[in-house]
Amino acid sequence: MRHDHLLSAGQLTRGDIEAVLDRAADLADDPGAVGERHADRLLALCFFEPSTRTKMSFDTAMKRLGGDTVDMGPVESSSVKKGESLADTVRVIEGYADGIVLRHPSEGAAKLASQFVDVPVVNAGDGAGQHPSQTLLDLYTMRERAGLDDLTVGIMGDLKYGRTVHSLASALTNFDARMHFISPESLRLPHGVQFDLHDAGARLREHTDLDDVLSELDVLYVTRIQRERFPDENEYQQVAGEYQIDAGTLERARDDLTVMHPLPRVDEIAPDVDATDHAAYFAQAHNGVPVRMALLDELLGGDAATDGGAGR
Amino acid sequence: MSDPERELRVSKIRNGTVIDHISGGQALNVLAILGIDGSEGVGVSIGMNVPSDKLGTKDVLKVEDRELSQGEVDVLSLLAPEATVNIVREFEVVEKKRVERPERVVGLLTCPNHNCITNQDEPVESAFEVVDDGVRCEFCGEIVREDIGDHLAVH
Ligand SMILES: [Zn+2]
Repeated sequence: MRHDHLLSAGQLTRGDIEAVLDRAADLADDPGAVGERHADRLLALCFFEPSTRTKMSFDTAMKRLGGDTVDMGPVESSSVKKGESLADTVRVIEGYADGIVLRHPSEGAAKLASQFVDVPVVNAGDGAGQHPSQTLLDLYTMRERAGLDDLTVGIMGDLKYGRTVHSLASALTNFDARMHFISPESLRLPHGVQFDLHDAGARLREHTDLDDVLSELDVLYVTRIQRERFPDENEYQQVAGEYQIDAGTLERARDDLTVMHPLPRVDEIAPDVDATDHAAYFAQAHNGVPVRMALLDELLGGDAATDGGAGR
Repeated sequence: MSDPERELRVSKIRNGTVIDHISGGQALNVLAILGIDGSEGVGVSIGMNVPSDKLGTKDVLKVEDRELSQGEVDVLSLLAPEATVNIVREFEVVEKKRVERPERVVGLLTCPNHNCITNQDEPVESAFEVVDDGVRCEFCGEIVREDIGDHLAVH
């Protein structure tokens, strides 16, 4: 992967993605394969929004690579609270660390950060924008469960604000995948994302009802519909209820359907799905560590060229 | 043919730029894009909603003692794709500039997405990629197709 930063899934080619997934598979088998070359390296974790999960996953990955992390801590106790710009914050942190993982509530934050620093920036979520490292682990999981060729994927829930959805859809255009987007009318994919998908020649259809396509799907990727997207509680309850699944729903699906979710879930997947063969979301979460190890290994680079990284 | 056009031609300028065939009603936005608000002291004549064979109605602008650069002309194309730009010296048209769509526009537009990082007091200029039927924020991906003039970051 010849990139300085990972800002959006759209920058990734099929070759880039496969290189990371292959490397992740190697590292999952043998975490020591990376050797000592990250031993003196520090990764800065800059989370301007609370997200223990993604942060822990990056923290674990960096430590498993033999490096260490420094954590900006919660925004409430940082200079940001005093009105410091993001551009200033990352320029200061650049002096502390060899790479920056950034989660921020504004779209485009990681792109902006990347323009002010020379160390690699990983976008760990920018508002309703992108979350490309999540996409890599999603694809890793899909490849393990269903393969990435001749794939029919349903993506359901909050498609408007769901950054994991935007990144995943964009990355899937590299593969032989048919995409079905299932959401309430008010939470359809944004124009900008649709524009890119059409531009990439994606085969996609939009639906408001899961039953229209459930029986065709190899993978169903479920996301949370958040209460704050709706003006009132009643409307939320009514709409969100139509996009929740349970074991009964899945009786109408193919036996080998894989159900995924970026987690945390609330009630969009009932607990009775967990025990079925469909459920892949916990394995998916676990895959975050080897995939982020592979990603950081690539981005932080170093001796990669002489250390088994040939051909990447 | 139409009297208003003849009248506008009468008020020839000695030196400067004549921008003709601006879509009707866009002249003030074109001035804003060019950063002209009258305070520079240059003479500006504006003809708005003048009858036009080609456009129905059109706007015409004459800016004295200022020759638009190709960059300015390109930016203008976003608001007035049909515009023609003539550079005038000593009452003669010495150059006709072609209006071509630029590949990107920097610092000129404000992103309509309020949650975009470019709207958060950061030390960056907005940047938009010009796409088939509009412009697209390089930071957040928001697409502006219509009423681009409403998103001018001026001045
Ligand atoms: Zn924007």
